[in-house]
Amino acid sequence: MTIDIAVIDYGMGNLRSVSKAIEYVAPGRKVVVTSNPDEVVAAGRVVFPGQGAMPDCMREMESRGLRPALLEAARSKPFLGICIGLQMLFEHSEEGDTRGLGLLPGVVRRFPQARMVGAQGEKLKVPHMGWNEVEQAIKHPLWAGIPDRSRFYFVHSYFAEPADGALVAGWSAYPFRFACAAARGNLFAVQFHPEKSHTAGLQLLANFVAWQPLPL
Amino acid sequence: MGLAKRIIPCLDVTAGRVVKGVNFVELKDAGDPVEIARRYDDQGADELTFLDITASSDDRGLILNIIEAVAAQVFIPLTVGGGVRAVDDVRRLLNAGADKVSINTSAVQNPQLVADASGRYGAQCIVVAVDAKRVPGDGPLRWEVFTHGGRKATGLDAVEWGKKMQAMGAGEILLTSMDRDGTRVGFDLELTHAFSSALDIPIIASGGVGNLDHLADGVTIGGADAVLAASIFHYGEFTVRQAKQHMAQRGIEVRL
Repeated sequence: MTIDIAVIDYGMGNLRSVSKAIEYVAPGRKVVVTSNPDEVVAAGRVVFPGQGAMPDCMREMESRGLRPALLEAARSKPFLGICIGLQMLFEHSEEGDTRGLGLLPGVVRRFPQARMVGAQGEKLKVPHMGWNEVEQAIKHPLWAGIPDRSRFYFVHSYFAEPADGALVAGWSAYPFRFACAAARGNLFAVQFHPEKSHTAGLQLLANFVAWQPLPL
Repeated sequence: MGLAKRIIPCLDVTAGRVVKGVNFVELKDAGDPVEIARRYDDQGADELTFLDITASSDDRGLILNIIEAVAAQVFIPLTVGGGVRAVDDVRRLLNAGADKVSINTSAVQNPQLVADASGRYGAQCIVVAVDAKRVPGDGPLRWEVFTHGGRKATGLDAVEWGKKMQAMGAGEILLTSMDRDGTRVGFDLELTHAFSSALDIPIIASGGVGNLDHLADGVTIGGADAVLAASIFHYGEFTVRQAKQHMAQRGIEVRL
């Protein structure tokens, strides 16, 4: 049977929320949670989630032989990175001094302790956990029907710094502005968790399932 | 504008039903967990917390069915606690659809469990629940950690314990004042503030909410990142949306 959407499982954390939310917005589509590179290659679109620490994520992804299938998917079909799945697309992360997949130019940094002070002088906690506003930096089919500055659910201690401003699809602020969504061609990636972001998140996932990016 | 303070309705679940007690005892039936979860989701709850207070091991599996049912319909973060003793319990709950797992008694008995679970699944999904009670006396304010649903004293200083749990990989602290739980006179704001200023991870204030100002006070005075309440929502006194509107009027950033 044809696989419509493959959710890549490399043994890091809980993918059930992601697959349940996609099944909810894509009734009748075949959604598989898989660590099998052949299924990733066969799938029509790919979701690349990630939780935990990036060094572990990279190691587990490599140990399952997923790199070639991932690189191929990121070049050729609708591809959605979520959380660490966004961070892994960049060249390098400060977390454990880890090399990423290098699909997007830029680095991943930790929220610096010294700058974690709010508008009233209060200490800001890390991880950045909870609902924050997302400013849409570009028009994009994945933002369709989502009001600008909608809140999405975040939980992370590191954030991406794309080297090319044209890659930024969305901004958030904690307390300084950081890129929370990146886009290029058939690739879209978000730092927040659409699968846990209620109506706005479900709309983004529905948009992804319907997305027909222009051929590169 | 930035990160919103969270309002988290809490559902104490036993044998498949939501219940509410006073000072951890005298349980009253408050309804069907899936139905209640959907209602809070409709009202704009930021997260939901389920505490499994099932005494009998026969009924332990029920919470997994409840979480599965809720997770198929409610797309906000779900935290589940109660009876988590091993990394395998964490795995089962996450697989059922929980996003975070809360560890209480077992963290005291075996702190390494927190480190192991956090290392395996990430700090973002490990909540350490601390039940704290004021230590009487004239000296500086102190609180002691209790376990087993508040029945057993541990001798541990609560703030020191919180710091240790942060160091071992807790991603968040669910902080309940046992002195205030069920009393409806408000959070123990000194306790909340002691934790919020000593720790760098988010603090969820719990125990004692009786009105909407109590929720706001938890944030503005206690410094909490999130506030948790049960009874004011269960019996339809206030909706989550009313609570958020009230907090917004008090100048607190919320997701409306």
